Amino acid sequence: MSKPHVVIIGAGFTGVAIAHDLALRGCEVTVIERGDICNGTSGRTHGLLHSGGRYAVKDKESAIECIEENKILRRIVPQVIEPNGGLFIALDDSDLSYAEQFIAGCEECGIPLEELTPQQALKIEPNLNPRLLSAFLIPDGTFDPLRLALAFAATAKHNGARFRTYAEVEGLLLDGQGNVTGVRILDRTTNERLELHAEVVVNATGAWAGKITAMAGLDAPVRPTPGIMVAYDQRLIQRAVNRLNEPGDGDIVLPQRRMVVVGTTSFDAENVDYIPVVEEQVKLMLERGSQLIPAIRNAQPRGIYMASRPLVGSGSGRSMARTFKCFDHKETHNIEGLVTITGGKATTMRMMAEKTADVVCAKLGISTPCTTRDIPLLSYRQYYTVPNQEKHYA
Amino acid sequence: MPEQWTVTLRIYRQKTNEPSRYDTFTLEVNPDEYILDAIERVWAFHDRSLCFRHACHHSTCGACGMRVNGVEKLTCITTIRSVARPNAVLTIEPLRNFPIISDLVVDMGELYRKMEAVEARAVLPITEAEIEKPPHQWKTEDSQYVRLSDCLECGLCISACPVAATSQPYLGPAPLAAAQDHRLDRRPDLLTLIDSEHGVWRCHSAFECTAVCPSFVDPGRRIMDLRKQTISAKIRHFFGK
Repeated sequence: MSKPHVVIIGAGFTGVAIAHDLALRGCEVTVIERGDICNGTSGRTHGLLHSGGRYAVKDKESAIECIEENKILRRIVPQVIEPNGGLFIALDDSDLSYAEQFIAGCEECGIPLEELTPQQALKIEPNLNPRLLSAFLIPDGTFDPLRLALAFAATAKHNGARFRTYAEVEGLLLDGQGNVTGVRILDRTTNERLELHAEVVVNATGAWAGKITAMAGLDAPVRPTPGIMVAYDQRLIQRAVNRLNEPGDGDIVLPQRRMVVVGTTSFDAENVDYIPVVEEQVKLMLERGSQLIPAIRNAQPRGIYMASRPLVGSGSGRSMARTFKCFDHKETHNIEGLVTITGGKATTMRMMAEKTADVVCAKLGISTPCTTRDIPLLSYRQYYTVPNQEKHYA
Repeated sequence: MPEQWTVTLRIYRQKTNEPSRYDTFTLEVNPDEYILDAIERVWAFHDRSLCFRHACHHSTCGACGMRVNGVEKLTCITTIRSVARPNAVLTIEPLRNFPIISDLVVDMGELYRKMEAVEARAVLPITEAEIEKPPHQWKTEDSQYVRLSDCLECGLCISACPVAATSQPYLGPAPLAAAQDHRLDRRPDLLTLIDSEHGVWRCHSAFECTAVCPSFVDPGRRIMDLRKQTISAKIRHFFGK
């Protein structure tokens, strides 16, 4: 019996993790991506492996997802992670008054934390603002965004998934009743157009999810919410440094190679193909980032960029939950053959893929359970060295 | 208002089974924007068929290496101001010494195979990273922390290397630098590969790799040091140690 064919649109974090999961569960998988791996939001992520501390007060569901997945990623893909922990630091009375809720929230969500005196914090991170009043050590980490995705993609490819990059989806194949039966794609390397048939099409296009659902005549409740990141040319810290308060602009500074990266902001956008850098936000990152790490004022910007979060649901920006949603459009719109996954965070990519693959497998009658939490990923380099396998589907 | 320049991008184009050509696009830019921003705008607003590789936009992933006016650059951190002036023409071409997949995208599989062959370290103990602090200033408790290695595996050094241009099997700068980082006294198993005709002796000491490296790896110096390591290892081997 031939394996069912699943087409995944989008090779960001979500798409590559779903490819990995479904390849292990016995599906024939093809990933379609209009650019290269991680060319959209995923590549431009801040790179924080969340402990969940950021969400432990107001968004406990996301916080619990983060701490669970943080532990799993440290285990299965240590090749891309700096597991050095993170600090939440208090700089004023408002921060100090947040501490009580923060401690309670972390305890409730199972996030281990250790309170440090300002002296202890400065000993491990000498470039912290010396006027800090309190600090908490939590198991944050940082990761290399592209290599994280490549490690999932490499393992998926090794298990038979095929990747068609530089292939843009121009339309969905529909049967007479509006059900989705495949995709029409343009291969941008050859300018050839072709059709791929599939039992299920997974829309893993994040902030672009609405463009794909529109091809089936459907709305997607995705709100692209961009934010800015500014990388400076000195590695001033070894751990993630967060402001101890409700999530706000420019309140996280991360080490990344020989840099620190300050982020971020939160606003609405229409055209997410190109989001221009806003000068005021660059200034805001310097102002806010240097409150945490004053020496940033002596560093030079090295890279300034915008990334568009794919938030789901209602509300706006900061108040929206960072959790994810998987829609089987059979249930939402009585359209067979299309599943949309969006929302979520890089840290929870494996879990998002597990839930999505569960939905896809239920539709296909596959009962094989998810095994991705225990399988170490192959080297990210193998994405480039393992060839695409010949196609087996019709 | 930010400063405004007019610049023309002259971009190399190549599709499978078609002859190559250059397309020109004239844009209004802020000179402090990066080359990659201008290329992304060409794709977003002028020509959706343009293929280029990019991901992190801040020099941590190594995806966006190209040649700008003949010089290898990581385009996400190269400001227009640093390579142009008002009304300039900027020629954008793919990296050399790799097969072209499409337009500005090259197949770097061979580089990754060589990085795997030397088992290049992707993360290393922080105390072994050659950053601002000299080794003796690290405290013993620091050794529990790791960091991502400096090498982005972006391929700029391979593109710039005059030897890689003529000898495909040559390991090349980034893989040799990764071998140096291991130290042959800790990894004597790498000696045969490094001491081979495609290894450390093939380098002509042009130091083009060091000149273009965007991430402080300094492959040229590391290759010279790897030669010393190789001689030491062979002497040790000769005396049966």
